Amino acid sequence: MCESDFYFFIHKEVFGTGILLLISLAFFISGAVFFTVAPKKASLHYCYVLYAAGAGLSAFSFAEALYGGGAPMAFTLQISPALSMGFRSGPLQDFFGLLLSVAAFAASVYSAGYMKNTPAPRFQGLFYGLFILSMGAVFISGDALSFLISWEAMSLVSYFLVVSDTENETSQNAGLTYATMTHIGTSFIIGAFMLAFSATGSLEFTGMAAGLAGKSMALKSAIFILAFIGFGMKAGIFPLHIWLPKAHPAAPSNVSALMSGVMIKAGIYGIMLMCLGVLGGPGAHYSTWWGVVILATGAVSSVMGVLYALMEQDLKRLLAYSSVENIGIILLGTGAAVVFYSFGQTALAGLALAAALYHTMNHAIFKSLLFLGSGSVMHGAHSKNLEEMGGLLKRMPYTGLFFLMGSVAICALPPFNGFVSEWLTFQALILGSSTPPAYTRVITLLGGAALALTGALAAAAFVKAFGVAFLGLPRSGKARQAKEAGFPMTAAMGFLAALCLLLGVAPGFLLRLISALPFEGLKEMGTAAPIHSPVIIAGGFTGFWPAAILVSMLLGLAIILALAGTLGRKRKITYADSWDCGIKALTPRMQYTATAFTKPLRVIFKTLYMPRKEVRISFKLKPLFVSGITYHSDITPFLENYLYRPFTAFVGKAAMKIRHLQSGKLPLYLGYIMLTLIGLLLAWA
Amino acid sequence: MGMSNLQFLIIILLSPLLQGIIRKMKAYAQGRIGPGVLQPYWDLARLFRKDMVISEAASWIFHATPFIVFLSTMAASLMVPVTTPDAPVLAIGDIVALLYTLALGRFFLVLAGLDAGTAFGGEGSSREATVAILVEPMMMLAIFTAAVAGGSTKLSVISKSMHILDSPAHVLAFAAFFVALIADTGRIPVDNPDTHLELTMIHEGMVLEYSGRYLALLEWAHYMKQMLLFTIAIDLFFPYGIAGGALQSALFYAAKVLVLAAAVAATESSRAKLRFFQLPSLLGGAFVLSLLSLITFVMLGR
Repeated sequence: MCESDFYFFIHKEVFGTGILLLISLAFFISGAVFFTVAPKKASLHYCYVLYAAGAGLSAFSFAEALYGGGAPMAFTLQISPALSMGFRSGPLQDFFGLLLSVAAFAASVYSAGYMKNTPAPRFQGLFYGLFILSMGAVFISGDALSFLISWEAMSLVSYFLVVSDTENETSQNAGLTYATMTHIGTSFIIGAFMLAFSATGSLEFTGMAAGLAGKSMALKSAIFILAFIGFGMKAGIFPLHIWLPKAHPAAPSNVSALMSGVMIKAGIYGIMLMCLGVLGGPGAHYSTWWGVVILATGAVSSVMGVLYALMEQDLKRLLAYSSVENIGIILLGTGAAVVFYSFGQTALAGLALAAALYHTMNHAIFKSLLFLGSGSVMHGAHSKNLEEMGGLLKRMPYTGLFFLMGSVAICALPPFNGFVSEWLTFQALILGSSTPPAYTRVITLLGGAALALTGALAAAAFVKAFGVAFLGLPRSGKARQAKEAGFPMTAAMGFLAALCLLLGVAPGFLLRLISALPFEGLKEMGTAAPIHSPVIIAGGFTGFWPAAILVSMLLGLAIILALAGTLGRKRKITYADSWDCGIKALTPRMQYTATAFTKPLRVIFKTLYMPRKEVRISFKLKPLFVSGITYHSDITPFLENYLYRPFTAFVGKAAMKIRHLQSGKLPLYLGYIMLTLIGLLLAWA
Repeated sequence: MGMSNLQFLIIILLSPLLQGIIRKMKAYAQGRIGPGVLQPYWDLARLFRKDMVISEAASWIFHATPFIVFLSTMAASLMVPVTTPDAPVLAIGDIVALLYTLALGRFFLVLAGLDAGTAFGGEGSSREATVAILVEPMMMLAIFTAAVAGGSTKLSVISKSMHILDSPAHVLAFAAFFVALIADTGRIPVDNPDTHLELTMIHEGMVLEYSGRYLALLEWAHYMKQMLLFTIAIDLFFPYGIAGGALQSALFYAAKVLVLAAAVAATESSRAKLRFFQLPSLLGGAFVLSLLSLITFVMLGR
């Protein structure tokens, strides 16, 4: 066998047939089995090594499938003669599979060190593996049935992980909210699939797409609305996001990384699959208003998500709200793409879609990184309350550095990856000015305005998160004694942080993978030859060169240091107290707190936040001798107060009414069954 | 062509001079003689020669920030046409990349304010972040108008399209941009560059703990950012003369910078600093102007 034959063999026989994926599956299953049967708790972290190996292999396999553009892989599980579950993987599935594998690899490496802190390591390890497998199954499901089964498995497994801290009442409540919301969402998805099935007679997505091609716009729009609400619930769009800031912080940090990094992307995958794959596709007719709905939802989600993130003092809740924001940014690109497709502007649609997909991958990477970082912080400083942290950068240097890199990336600052996707999104929205009707022009440009506002707000939110947690003086004894996380944890974060930088400097790498996806207009995106070359879009409308920005800064640094070395003598540096106006008693309590940092915004946006404050003074002897003053300040969660609470109260009341049907007497139940049967028979006849 | 790549040096080297000129103009407007126009250079030179005092609470962020702020401002000035729009180096970034590169510097500056663990730094940081939230979207929208009209987000293409306040949209956008420029350079009525009164300072609050070389780098970067924003305003709204010969376009550029400097000095001398919580009405008003400019452009098509 000569060398090229050997390459061909590797390429076609090992990668092409999905053998790598099967090996990776075997790793996962053996990991899960070992978690249940391993004799000693001390050896459990090896199981996470198995998971990591599996995730690494599958990442390789998905990337190769995208890069090599091989034939789609497909297999069918025959459950009974009438019932089968189809799995097939095309480029869109490979892309999301790659996203899952990268995040799962880092999270699994991290878990090997992190698991020491979890209360029930066997249970969590087993469900953690099942969680990854179920998400993988969602991404490669080829028909509605296997999709729904995998989807439900993903929701249930993640529910159990959310409530795994059985002592904690907040976790249990969060789990309840999550389970309720996700099942409402699933019912909408089932509705969308049933509507599509009744119109086309096919459960397979490819069959649905073919059958729907000639159907009426009203039917397609109904399917779109159902699917958008159902998948939007999982993605965490505003105002359906309320489960997200409850459930993600309640889960252990390695799981929240996967929930925020990957699981909400399953919602994005669903929206893309239904909107662009089943309802759309090459040459399909799109309604402009679908795109406008997605775009407007994206704009509102991004701004509201980050506004609430700013007000959080709980690090993990802040990150969860920031996920709402980033889902909004992804939807801005997706919505713009649908608008462009509806006018037949496929090249621009490709640009917008590339922006959305790029941001999807980016968010999976940096949000996993930040959640893993928050896990290390909680592990080191034993708190997730920002007000009890401070000065952690000196005590946890690696965690601090990687958390900073993730923060800079999520704020879309060069030279990190978030900047590339936000830049592409900006350009897509500005080019919305070339759509024919005035209203889409205004709406896309307003989407751009929302993105600009989001950028500044996100920077403030992450300055607060990083600045209050890692800089300044420790605000509590726990923070003062904080310890750096162990090697596997820092290594996993370092891997993701390096990816943030790599995808920020060499965007051609990911753009080339994205251009393999089966949507019109994407081919134009990935054609730049070397991966570190400038990104030039829309026929030279504009461009930028991320690698050059970094290189010019490094060159500048070299010149400054050289000048300082040759011109100046060595200056003395004196280390002394911070300026304290001469009082000589500066304490950590005099620093700005997280709450104080965002006070100006609470004042400026007070109509939105409706801030409340309460001062309680207790006296020894009224009115002069005060024994204590407590001050409480928070913001009004208006969605909970004015939308969800009335709704749940109504459901509760209605349930009490319906309860009268349940008398507990057997003959009555038999009567119900008979009535139902008669009704069905009448309807059938 | 080779020399045109070096036009960013104009911003690096002459920005302290611009600061001196604005100070001189302000002094005249207030009936003082004021220091010479070269005073900022002497200030920088003095700071570069001094030893430094650094807070014990500070981490490596405090040491890295002056470099990151200076270098990001320098990288941003690579992306802007000063005397010619035909320099190859301009390809490294458009106006969106430029603003986000500047934002990188601001991100670290705000962090550095929190690093020493004092109330003053935190106060400056918190206020700077707030002002940024109000200013950045407004600036972005004003730029969108010019970009859509000019047919690109590349500053070189926009400046060559020669829209010199020739439509209502451009007039509104320039008005908003001017307010953003005042706010972003930390001038009255948003911030007072000459104060060290704890209760009012924004920029000075963040850099309070800095001294010596680090302070020099930060001040220089601040001057550069000011000149950079002037240059962007010129490229977007007054590109007249930029496509001519080197000498001609340099003369035009100098004249336009001086006119803008006079406008800034006049604004600073004729206004009082606003209370911090009155800023939203000024900046929010300018935001509405920028939004109107964009909608006007889309509706009128020019």
